[in-house]
Amino acid sequence: MLTDIAWGVIVIMLPLTGGIICFIWPAISKTLGLITVVGTALSVTGLGWQIIESGPYHHTVGGWGAPLGIDLFADGLSLLMLIMTALVGLGVSFYSKSYFKPQEATWFWPIWLILLGALNALFLSADIFNLYVILELIGLAAVALTALTGHIAALNSAMRYLLAMLLGSLAYLLGVALLYHDVGSVDIATLAEKIKPNATVWAALGFMSAGLALKSALFPLNFWLPPAHANAPAPVSALLSALVVKASFYILLRLWSEIFGSFGEGAAALLGLLGAAAILWGSLQALCQTRVKLLIAYSTVAQVGYLFLAFPLALGSNGMVWGIVAYLALSHALAKSAMFLVAGNLLRFSGHDRISGLEGTVQRLPLTVSAFALAGISIIGLPPSSGFIGKWLLIEVAVTQGRWDLAAIMIIGGLLAAAYVFKVLGQTFSDAKVSHDTGTVPASMEWAALLLAIGAILFGFIAPEILSLAHIDVSPSTNGITP
Amino acid sequence: MNWSTWLPPLVVASSLLPGLIIFFLVEEKVLFRTALNLAGALSTLLLTGWMLWGVSHGHQYETSVPFLPGLELVLRADPLSLLFVSLSSILWLLTTIYAIGYLEGSPHRSRFFGFFSLCVTSTTGIALSGNFITFLLFYEFLTLVTYPLVIHRGTEKARQAGKIYLIYTITSGAILLLGTMWLYTLTGTLDFRPQGILRDLGEENHLALIVIFILLIAGLGVKAALVPLHGWLPQAMVAPAPVSALLHAVAVVKAGAFGIVRVVYDIFGVDFAADLGVTGPLAVVAAVTIIYGSLRALFQDNLKRRLAFSTVSQVSYIILGVAIAGPVASIGGIVHLVHQGLMKITLFFCAGNLAETLGIHTVHEMNGAGRRMPWSMTAFTIGAFGMIGAPPIAGFISKWYLGLGALQAGQYWVIPVLIGSSLLNAAYFLPVLHRIWFREPPDAWPAERDFGNKETAWALLVPPLVTALLALLAGLMASAWFSPLEWVQFIAQREF
Repeated sequence: MLTDIAWGVIVIMLPLTGGIICFIWPAISKTLGLITVVGTALSVTGLGWQIIESGPYHHTVGGWGAPLGIDLFADGLSLLMLIMTALVGLGVSFYSKSYFKPQEATWFWPIWLILLGALNALFLSADIFNLYVILELIGLAAVALTALTGHIAALNSAMRYLLAMLLGSLAYLLGVALLYHDVGSVDIATLAEKIKPNATVWAALGFMSAGLALKSALFPLNFWLPPAHANAPAPVSALLSALVVKASFYILLRLWSEIFGSFGEGAAALLGLLGAAAILWGSLQALCQTRVKLLIAYSTVAQVGYLFLAFPLALGSNGMVWGIVAYLALSHALAKSAMFLVAGNLLRFSGHDRISGLEGTVQRLPLTVSAFALAGISIIGLPPSSGFIGKWLLIEVAVTQGRWDLAAIMIIGGLLAAAYVFKVLGQTFSDAKVSHDTGTVPASMEWAALLLAIGAILFGFIAPEILSLAHIDVSPSTNGITP
Repeated sequence: MNWSTWLPPLVVASSLLPGLIIFFLVEEKVLFRTALNLAGALSTLLLTGWMLWGVSHGHQYETSVPFLPGLELVLRADPLSLLFVSLSSILWLLTTIYAIGYLEGSPHRSRFFGFFSLCVTSTTGIALSGNFITFLLFYEFLTLVTYPLVIHRGTEKARQAGKIYLIYTITSGAILLLGTMWLYTLTGTLDFRPQGILRDLGEENHLALIVIFILLIAGLGVKAALVPLHGWLPQAMVAPAPVSALLHAVAVVKAGAFGIVRVVYDIFGVDFAADLGVTGPLAVVAAVTIIYGSLRALFQDNLKRRLAFSTVSQVSYIILGVAIAGPVASIGGIVHLVHQGLMKITLFFCAGNLAETLGIHTVHEMNGAGRRMPWSMTAFTIGAFGMIGAPPIAGFISKWYLGLGALQAGQYWVIPVLIGSSLLNAAYFLPVLHRIWFREPPDAWPAERDFGNKETAWALLVPPLVTALLALLAGLMASAWFSPLEWVQFIAQREF
């Protein structure tokens, strides 16, 4: 039976194995990489089917249960993140097929596959120590990908990125140690059951949240993100912005929804405040940029801010809000990866990504500009995109709880997003003649960006289904099911 | 297959699909693109006709799909929505023909016609929306698809106008969103229902409802060009003439006005809104807009800008009629939705003809244009007299019912506004007509194109003649069973 297969193990082991083979045998890395990514996506479908059919997925690797062994656990929230990774992974992989020169491709594919495996592992973990190990792996893979081109700017920003990642992981690890010391377990469900607020737990909460906020580039800890995302090759930027940032946010979401949520009100308010500041700061910075990639990178800072607004809203919303931000994260991942791929196309086409030099692109690269427009619509939050649905629901929660301040900031963030998206779009319609030589953009690169952007729009039409998916057992501990 | 659920989405799809296909056509496929455009426009017209017949015989047409938890996307054909759909589909067909002639040989036509069709999609969507969230969706969609049309020429000036257009519309969209959201958290529904959805709300919510009303009207008032939110409209004149025609007569300003009608009638309910005390101020804003727009129009030398300010003024008749909150005034207001559309599109078509054929852009260049282009200028004259409110043209009917309704509702102050506005309309249109017919033509036109013995291309000439004729007929045969007025009386029965 298909439902009996351990899909959870496959979605981790398949890309990891594929990555290792690509290392050993670079000649076939492109083909093998694509096959692996498609295979992984199919396995995610299998896992999703399993979860929809028979509830949360649970697998003990090698038969050893918690607290000693490694447990794999997936509920609706994990599934949503896995779907996000699979879709963005597919888009970016088909894009990368034509993007990288052979020299770079031999490095890109193995590292990307390992990153994919690690991301999937992270979304399937139910244990804060395993999460740490995987988080390190993701961080290292991400830094390696950033430095892929070997240009001096890329190396510089990769180094800064590496330091931020290490610092973040270290803070997180410290929190893990404190929690283990206090409660005697690293299993999330056990922690949720046994935890009692005391000084150690508060310190753990502080360290873990700060470390993960740094990794998620929450304002004012976002200093590393714009240079890293802007200097990496376009498909890598797409992966970093769409997926890697979400990985650390996902851990934070898990910790808060299951462990800290019941008592960390003050800290939640602080996270929300920083999220609000991130929306304003990131959007304003994006508006001031003169290069497309930097603009998109700052937009990520702003959009991550939306996700953090969930923390202060969670207590009054019965956990509803976690499903909403997961949906919003998925929406952002699709739109933002499309945007970065568009930036890659523009770079390939005109040799630069200055906004002022985009005249007439709409005639020459109509698909690419459409992709940017559609992704932009979702980022702004205009209907009928997934971005609209996510933001509408989040604003609705804020208004119901009387948090007019947060509602206002979300709306202002949308207006600022409109300003920076149309700053780029308006320029592409300009009729000035392009004087410099232009490169050709392969069709697969244009279509990959467009399909991701269309995905961001289409997900707006299946919002009820996606949200009900997210609520498959939102919080196992409160429902009395121990994984 | 059940037609009653399929017709509304089919109407929307009949312009959406051609639009999407046209985007992928290469410029040179003129014939295929034209065929597709006309097929789309004609099928919209046919389907609309079908629904008109059905609704007048008591059939129901409604479709809904889940969209958000607790909210659905609803397309529903009620008498009011059909009025707007009919207007859009007739004028779309004519404007398409006109645009084909107007843009002949100019670049980026596939893009133009693609967005043009999507513009109609959003207008029909707005018309058929059965609840406010659906309305909001198409309303924002309209902003997005008209933007590329406004900046179509890609010049610095066009992009500047586009920027201003976006600043106005996106900001208003956000305000509208906030109002809608607030409304939703209070009521838990956003359905459009006759007499509104707010009757059951307690006294304690009335202040919030007043604020919501202001938010919604402010959000919709930008597109409806209520003073002081009208600033984008004259700027958007840089767009090609068919776009201006469509923006002014059907799509954008009407979407705003139609939204206000929906809010007053089907969200708040006329009586409830009057009890809240919000219709009085709305009527005053509309009256100020009517006078202000006319005054500004008086001083414009650029013909399209003069027409633009005239639009600012005329669209507010609709809002005034609704805000007077009486049955007769409502008839005058709503019927003006159609009448103003017919008359204004005629004027813009003619302005486009002058620009295309003779290179005339300003009023002072129009001397003697009537001798060179008698047919176009006849249409222009009918449109202008209609705007002034001279019988038997459609505009007279609107003003008659508005005045009658104001008297009936005891709002005597409206009468001087109507008279003043008519005088101002006369003041800015009659000199133009005088120039056209009674002044000597210049020795050479600014930039004349040769069309042989015709005054201009057929595709440019036929649409304004048809719309002028329709405007004339809507007035002459106002009491015939097929006239807009009769249909509007059918709508008003439902509300009062």
